[in-house]
Amino acid sequence: MPAVQETVEQVRRIDVDQYKYGFVTDIESDKAPKGLSEDTVRFISAKKDEPEWMLAWRLDAYRHWLTMREPRWSRVDYPQIDYQDLYYYSAPKRKAGPKSLDEIDPEILKTYAKLGIPLREQEILAGVEREGTYSRVAVDAVFDSVSVATTFKEELKKAGVIFLPISEAIKQHPDLVRKYLGSVVPVTDNFFATLNSAVFSDGSFVYVPEGVRCPMELSTYFRINEKNTGQFERTLIIADKGSYVSYLEGCTAPMRDENQLHAAVVELVALDDAEIKYSTVQNWYPGDAEGRGGIYNFVTKRGDCRGRNSKISWTQVETGSAITWKYPSCILRGDNSRGEFYSIAISNGRQQVDSGTKMLHLGKNSSSRIISKGIAAGKSNNTYRGLVSAHRKATGARNFTNCDSLLIGDHCGAHTVPYIEAKNASTVFEHEATTSKISDAQLFYCRQRGLSAEEAVALIVNGFVKDVLQQLPMEFAVEAQKLISISLEGSVG
Amino acid sequence: MKTAAETALAEAFAAVRAKLPGDRRIAERRAAAFEAFDALGLPHRRVEEWKYTDLRALIREAKPLAAAPDAQAKRRAKGAGALLAGIGARRITFVDGAFVAELSDLVALEPGLSIAPMAKALAESDPLVASRLGAIVPTDDVAVALNTAFMGDGALVRIDRDARLERPLHLVFAFGSDTASATFTRSLVVAEEGAQATLIESHEGPDGIDYQVNTALELFVGDRAHVDHVKIGIEGARAIHVSTLMASIGAHARLRDLVFTTGGALVRNQLFVRFAGEGATLALNGANLIKGRQHVDNTLVVDHAVPGGFSRELNKSVLDGESRSVFQGKIIVRPGAQKTDGKMMAQALLLSENAEADNKPELEIFADDVQCGHGATAGALDQNLLFYLKARGIPQAEAEALLIQAFVGEAIETLEHEGVKDALMGAAAEWLGSRKQ
Repeated sequence: MPAVQETVEQVRRIDVDQYKYGFVTDIESDKAPKGLSEDTVRFISAKKDEPEWMLAWRLDAYRHWLTMREPRWSRVDYPQIDYQDLYYYSAPKRKAGPKSLDEIDPEILKTYAKLGIPLREQEILAGVEREGTYSRVAVDAVFDSVSVATTFKEELKKAGVIFLPISEAIKQHPDLVRKYLGSVVPVTDNFFATLNSAVFSDGSFVYVPEGVRCPMELSTYFRINEKNTGQFERTLIIADKGSYVSYLEGCTAPMRDENQLHAAVVELVALDDAEIKYSTVQNWYPGDAEGRGGIYNFVTKRGDCRGRNSKISWTQVETGSAITWKYPSCILRGDNSRGEFYSIAISNGRQQVDSGTKMLHLGKNSSSRIISKGIAAGKSNNTYRGLVSAHRKATGARNFTNCDSLLIGDHCGAHTVPYIEAKNASTVFEHEATTSKISDAQLFYCRQRGLSAEEAVALIVNGFVKDVLQQLPMEFAVEAQKLISISLEGSVG
Repeated sequence: MKTAAETALAEAFAAVRAKLPGDRRIAERRAAAFEAFDALGLPHRRVEEWKYTDLRALIREAKPLAAAPDAQAKRRAKGAGALLAGIGARRITFVDGAFVAELSDLVALEPGLSIAPMAKALAESDPLVASRLGAIVPTDDVAVALNTAFMGDGALVRIDRDARLERPLHLVFAFGSDTASATFTRSLVVAEEGAQATLIESHEGPDGIDYQVNTALELFVGDRAHVDHVKIGIEGARAIHVSTLMASIGAHARLRDLVFTTGGALVRNQLFVRFAGEGATLALNGANLIKGRQHVDNTLVVDHAVPGGFSRELNKSVLDGESRSVFQGKIIVRPGAQKTDGKMMAQALLLSENAEADNKPELEIFADDVQCGHGATAGALDQNLLFYLKARGIPQAEAEALLIQAFVGEAIETLEHEGVKDALMGAAAEWLGSRKQ
């Protein structure tokens, strides 16, 4: 199995402290003044040249946010965040839109060169189209808070797919944005989502028209570069009747001593017979072995299966961030709608993960499936928290949940907190969870056949998470597999 | 802002605190416990452990403390505990929260067994109370705090080292008053090393009165001891019943526990069990058969604090009408509690469109060499099974009853005592019979 061999080599090369993406790109950036106030909100809105309604929307959110308190119910522990000590807007300075490779800031190109994941070709990113040799993935790169490049614009246009930075979409397609923005995650939803609504600077907007199958994978790449910057991106994906889209986001951030805040909001809307597949490979900087630095990843992701027979599928590979706190959810509103959640969450060092999903069954015969694989190593804590509920009218609702945890070492913790609420008799809910360590018998079997302890663990862990890896688009599955092994480096032996 | 019930409780405490049994130390503990309650108030849905059972909303008024039972109350309570009349258990009866000697059987105690009413033990500063009460599984739970503040009577039982009780002990708690009032009973059972006993609690009362019960049992299972504990909840249709079991299990000891509930308007059974010695075995089962607008909440916390513990939890709920069952189960494996084996299963059978089952099975694990798991299911009767039975000529109602009995039977069958098992299966059958009408 070449992939595993590759993984093993990666593990040898990379040390846990040497975060592969921990570099800082030295580029000039354009920042809002530090701190958060109505002026900051106005500044961001003005920077983006936004229409009046958008500013009003933001200010509404900001004023509501002032009345909210930071939630503390999750199983994560972090010092009080000083919201006035952050920059809420930071944009790489650039002259004009990148039309060819020459126009791209060479520092940004260097960054891309170092990254590798999930962007293979700098040229794709830079907007130079060349078909054939690389996988056909349209990419929107968000650097700190601003979308710097979107690829494959022409081809997508031909199919009628709108794939734009959300700041552009607000200007070019105000009707669509107004109709759907905040319709899945309302402005008042929760502390971090409301904060995001007030200060979000960019993100991706996707609209797939009726009956269109998006011709390629869409991808957004997020990177936090600037020091002391909060990243607040906003993603809105709408799949109109009978359409299909597959979307991937990847994230990295440089190594910093202090913690950086990332509070994104993702909204998905699937109308009748539409399907959205949303995949995440999250590899933000996790902090060093002592728990210094790293990203606070406090994200609200929610999909609304609004139409009949619609389907939303979340797949996530979470290996980074000092703290991951997110629950990609599905509101199964349409009859016969389907929600899926596949997750691999790996924590090592002093990482903390509190993640899971919510499946809210409102429509008749709606079904959902949750497969969650948590792996805790080092001194980390890994929690699965999930809600499955069936409304009175959701007759015939069906859920299957399987969450397994693997513990590596005796200083880590693995926790499972599922909420299962059945409010009518015709629902069928099944939930199972297990927690165990890698069995000695399996390890012995591998060792006996000549694998080293680390190779054996990598092999077994990859087997453990296989169900989820299979859900990722092919290109990313290979990367994800490597990422998993890298994340676990230093946890055995 | 305080609710009417909270205010009433504060007033009641101020009025009765001087009259409650116990020396100065106990009085101080009562005061501290009430203060702890007062600071938090009645738990509401924002308190995670009470998410599905919002006492602040469900307890509109706090009833006055029950008076000592008069002759009439005792007469009314005479039939209590009839469900287990046939098993030859030694009965200790409490009416309206007070020990009643004439309804209890304290003669010819087996060697090694001592029993005293809690009120007497508190008043006489019994050394067992001083050393163990509140110390078996310390908790800051609000219901327990309230119980500690108001605790009146209950049973203080001690089973000496290696003593084996042939007859089960049956603590009968009955409500006999004709006015709605509240009782706070507290019991302490200490089974010393190697002791063996079967302990049954039953709680019952009339349908017409909206009385309130807050009862707590502390159970110490010493090393190598074997204890079976069965709690039967057949309270009246308007009763509010909150109970707490706090149990610790010693090394190589065994505790088998069953909570069986068919009665009460609002029932919360809390079970806090701690593994105190290595290699102990625990079985915690629950069986609920409820209908109408009943609300039954079984909440358990199993704390594997030491290595080598083995625990099995099985909760079965049968729901009819607009009833609601809540199961919250948490398995904690502390750092260093290696070789722990814990499995938890919660199953709800919904017989009616309007019933609701909420399950929250949790795992909290800090050791790596463990085998832990949980499962939860919710659904209606399996149509295939029903069809199979009907195809063999069994009428619908009977087929349903058979399947339901088999469903709850799984939780009851693990008991060792045949008499108790038969009595409970009988109670389940009776419940099913009442359902048909």
